[in-house]
Amino acid sequence: MSTCSVSKGCFVFKPNAKKRRLPEKTAHDFRSTSHDSEDTELRFVTCQSLWNQIKFETEQIQEDLNKQLLDNLVSFLSRSHSDFQEKTTKWTCRMKFREIPTAAVVLGVNVTDHDLTFRGLSDVLQDNITPYVALLEAKDCPAIKNLMQKLMGQLMNCDIEVDSLEDEDCVQVPQNRIRCSMLSLISWYESVTKKTDSGTPSKKRNSSSRHWQSPPVVVIFKDMESFTTKVLQDFIVISSQHIHELPLVLIFGIATSPMIIHRLLPHSVSSLLCIELFQSLSCKEHLSTIIDKLLLTSRFPFKLGEKVLQVLINIFLYHDFSVQNFIKGFQLCIVEHFYSQPLSVLCCHLVDLKKRVYSLSHAQCENIRRLPSFRRYVEKQESGKQIELLTNDSFLKKETERLLEDLYVYHENYVSILRCLHVFTSSLPKYPLGKQIRELHCACLENQVWETEEYESSLQLARMLNKTDLVSMLQQCVEILTSSSGKEFDKTVEKLKEFLTQFQNLEVAEASQERDVSVSSQKELQKKTDLYHLQKTLLELKESRRSKKLTKFEMLRFEVVDYIDRLVRKYLVPADNRTLHEIVYFNAATVLRGHLNAAPRTALHTALNNPHRYLKAFSTVVMAGEEPNADAASSDQVDDIIHARFIRAVSELELLGFIKPSKQKTDHVARLTWGGC
Amino acid sequence: MSWPQGTRSSSRRSLQVKFVPDEDVLKHIADDAGAKVRKDKAQLSVSVKRFVKKLENISDNEAQEILEEKNYVAALGICAQDPLGNGSNISGGEVYSFQTPKRANKMAELASELAQTPEKNVIPNHSKCPEKMAKTPQSKCSSSNKVQQRNKKKEFVSTTPYRLRKRLAAPDPYLESESEYSASCSEEEDEEEQKEASTVLSDQKTPGKTKAASTPPPRNSLAKKIKEQKMGNLVEEYFEAHSSSKVLTSDRTLQKLRKRRLNQQTLHELLKNAPLAYAAEIRDLNEQHESLFSKWMLQLHLGFNIVLYGLGSKRDLLEKFRTSLLLDSVHLVVNGYFPSITVRSILNSITEEVLDHIGTFRSPLDQLEFITKRFKEDSSLELYVLIHNLDSQMLRGERSQQILAQLSSLPSIYLIASIDHINAPLMWDQTKLRLYNWLWYETTTFNPYVEETSYENSLLVQQSGSLALSSLTHVLHSLTLNARGIFRLLAQHQLEKKDNPSYPGLSFQDFYQQCREAFLVNSDLTLRAQLTEFRDHKLIRIKRGADGVEYLLIPVDESTLADFLEKEDEDV
Repeated sequence: MSTCSVSKGCFVFKPNAKKRRLPEKTAHDFRSTSHDSEDTELRFVTCQSLWNQIKFETEQIQEDLNKQLLDNLVSFLSRSHSDFQEKTTKWTCRMKFREIPTAAVVLGVNVTDHDLTFRGLSDVLQDNITPYVALLEAKDCPAIKNLMQKLMGQLMNCDIEVDSLEDEDCVQVPQNRIRCSMLSLISWYESVTKKTDSGTPSKKRNSSSRHWQSPPVVVIFKDMESFTTKVLQDFIVISSQHIHELPLVLIFGIATSPMIIHRLLPHSVSSLLCIELFQSLSCKEHLSTIIDKLLLTSRFPFKLGEKVLQVLINIFLYHDFSVQNFIKGFQLCIVEHFYSQPLSVLCCHLVDLKKRVYSLSHAQCENIRRLPSFRRYVEKQESGKQIELLTNDSFLKKETERLLEDLYVYHENYVSILRCLHVFTSSLPKYPLGKQIRELHCACLENQVWETEEYESSLQLARMLNKTDLVSMLQQCVEILTSSSGKEFDKTVEKLKEFLTQFQNLEVAEASQERDVSVSSQKELQKKTDLYHLQKTLLELKESRRSKKLTKFEMLRFEVVDYIDRLVRKYLVPADNRTLHEIVYFNAATVLRGHLNAAPRTALHTALNNPHRYLKAFSTVVMAGEEPNADAASSDQVDDIIHARFIRAVSELELLGFIKPSKQKTDHVARLTWGGC
Repeated sequence: MSWPQGTRSSSRRSLQVKFVPDEDVLKHIADDAGAKVRKDKAQLSVSVKRFVKKLENISDNEAQEILEEKNYVAALGICAQDPLGNGSNISGGEVYSFQTPKRANKMAELASELAQTPEKNVIPNHSKCPEKMAKTPQSKCSSSNKVQQRNKKKEFVSTTPYRLRKRLAAPDPYLESESEYSASCSEEEDEEEQKEASTVLSDQKTPGKTKAASTPPPRNSLAKKIKEQKMGNLVEEYFEAHSSSKVLTSDRTLQKLRKRRLNQQTLHELLKNAPLAYAAEIRDLNEQHESLFSKWMLQLHLGFNIVLYGLGSKRDLLEKFRTSLLLDSVHLVVNGYFPSITVRSILNSITEEVLDHIGTFRSPLDQLEFITKRFKEDSSLELYVLIHNLDSQMLRGERSQQILAQLSSLPSIYLIASIDHINAPLMWDQTKLRLYNWLWYETTTFNPYVEETSYENSLLVQQSGSLALSSLTHVLHSLTLNARGIFRLLAQHQLEKKDNPSYPGLSFQDFYQQCREAFLVNSDLTLRAQLTEFRDHKLIRIKRGADGVEYLLIPVDESTLADFLEKEDEDV
């Protein structure tokens, strides 16, 4: 069973069939690993169900977000070849027939997520419009020949899949030998469409219910910018010649801007395209929706801590713009949390909470007592209760349940108030607290937001809002609060509504007042035409304005802002301050970062330069710094062992990629890192 | 300086352009330099002050940048404590201590800016966002556009006075040294240097610049001088570094050691006897890693793949993982460091041994498709793939990685791999990373790379070629006497030509001639049949030259070939 060999690099090990372990044993891993083997099974089940829920949710969101784009595309496709469909011979149509209908889909820079979008698109197309969809990628098509090959391969394969009842040989043999040309493609298309026409009635009904008689052939260029212009041009020119025989539709996936089409293709070519532009949602908006639906909701008991969220967002913004990766990170958080925190068994929906709390073992109770936030809580209690909490398990359970329910309510309120605050801060100039709600969320989680300077300045700015804005914001807040499930907000809503009516009353009163003032001053100005007097009056006017008492509106505005401030202070307490937050919030940002955004180079360097980081006993450097340009010749008798170790060090450095043999001289090596050759 | 640079600087502060006619400049330089200098003194000192201010600004800016960097780093959770004491969470700056380039650039930029527009008001706080800077010219400069254009025109003219000044300065150098501001000769040298530096930096000069440069630098402009020296050093260093392409290296090679090159075996023996330093600590470290095994298992099952990085051979660790957890399941171990490993062989072992499929495939992609299909059809199929050194020479190619990534993205294939090369992560682009779905684990083991370096490809180990030799003899022993003779002939010929580095091989015609003379073959058909047999056993390589002639070559190095002939002679 050794895996060392001089003749072989791959080793397969197959256990006996009866010894083979069953696949459904993931839970087993979960159990055997954790040091505290408390409730592992339950934890694992909770984790899995939570993840499945979230996964389902994200897929749903994805679908919703893409729906509009897909619908538009589908309608475009069905429109594009309706002429061909009806076999009209109108002159205008014939003129148009030299043009290939083209959809340019602007997707943004990130490529990895687009695979999903395209897959969804081709699925939708195959379901609704045409079985003939080909997905082309630039790296597969360096020349027109490869492109045609790929295209025909995909189209004809799909043919096999669609009517698998057909004799496969007659289709597959020509595919291998067929010359890849437009003509053969056309003849294939004719034969295929004819076949469905002349097929058995039942089968025909089957296929024609979904597709038309002569469905268009859709060619998707996933990454249009990376195609060589020559290939694209050739393909477009050739296929435009045959457009009346082969109803072709192109879809370009564009990462930058629609201008690129005209930059890549000369006018003579781009005029053969009948381009319609489609815009997909930007990935940032996508992320916002995901955060909104996954994090800022009380539907999922699991929450992300501030640092963790920051790490995930930073990876998104600084590294890949990939929502998929964000979700992957989220998954990792869930797994880590349930794996490492034995008390995470309590991270469940409110319905199950009671049962789970009361079935906790003594060890788990001890775990609760060990939580720092719980310790803080206990210290604040009076001595009698302290003793109860620390010694009496059932009392502790009761208290725990209450606290967790509190936490749940807290989160519910938190989200609603956060949204209200966001309504205010998102419309302030310069956005001191961030434009996106995720920034505000991070700020609130990090520390007490009302102590920050940004909050102070945003309040100041809010005190300068005009009335229409203020009123509309208040209305939005009322909407948010009434739609939230929290019960505490009845009073708040009432208060806000009161503000609103006050504003309305003001409007009438103020309007008349304003008019009075302006009219009187106007009059005064008209009366005195002398320059000196004019100056004087103007100054007086200014004085009076400055010293004038706040108008009613301003008073009211202050009141409103103060009220919002009070709400924030009451509800937007950072989660770290809540008791038992460790159960629900995942905060191990370092672990997450280590797994998702690792730095292998740094690790290698640290290990070489600074071994004591790893080996506590280290005082000297063993492997690093052995300069390969050996000057070990000083003594003729070199110790064999040292020589051997030197050789090993050199070959290891070579393996690690620090040096390579320089070809010019024997025994000389070239440095590869940090200013080598 | 390029044009956009100019606009940016002008947008940052409102530019004051004073028209100075050429005659004035001339007069200023030649006639009453002293007087002018005195007059200019105040102005100059102001500009120096500005300069100092700007320096402060720069350091402020830099501090800001560093701060921002820190923020980013902190946000990524670097600063937080790490339970395992892993090394990956130190910021890069601490490890690679090269941080100067930024400053140097800024200096250069600053210097050229100063050289271009000496008379401008410095607005103390730089606006930070570049977008703004880029936009403002359109709004602000509409009025100053004309001025700027005029300015530009002048720039063309202005070169003349500069040259003139030089010419004029040459006959009476004392003129400058007489002025009270530059007393010593060293100062003058400094000034010359400064001139040089500025000529290097800026090719467009306003007359104002010439004025400023012509006046000797005042004593108190310490900052400026330091800058100049720095600039000078920088330039010199640059040219020094790039002047000679030839790098001098020492002539002391290992041949001068009176030591023989060790071959693999003796090396191995020696190292086995050598005690491993800090064995206990290393063992502790590895035990820490081993405690993660079941976590890996869990994460593999949840759809992640695991990659191990860090110094030290991770072979033993993975081997332990395999023996402790995988013995009851189907798994594939791939030694990436094996010199002739290919993706094909990996795929073959999956199709042939795991899936029990007999048959060949047209291309690896077909094979991959087949595997994908099989795994999707049969959900009970599970395969663990362990790859030691995913970044080895043979596997690091783009195509190989693409195929492996696609393989690993199958939900019932669990991949756990190790990487060692310092640039290994560069193999993967976003698409591949997405397919691999890695979770990174730092497992620094400090174990020697025994297996990984054992394949005689190290540059200091004597290449014994015993493998090739034994295979040669084995194959030849099963052949007829005539065939052996043919091969000997070819080998001898190749050995004779060993000093010729561009030896293409023996041409078929010549070889046929020789074989006939030695009564080894009687027709070229028999020779061809013989050669086909050799080729099938990979004993020779047939290359078609540019002239269409076939050349025969034994793809084995000389020493091995010589050994082989010696042995043959013994046998005969």
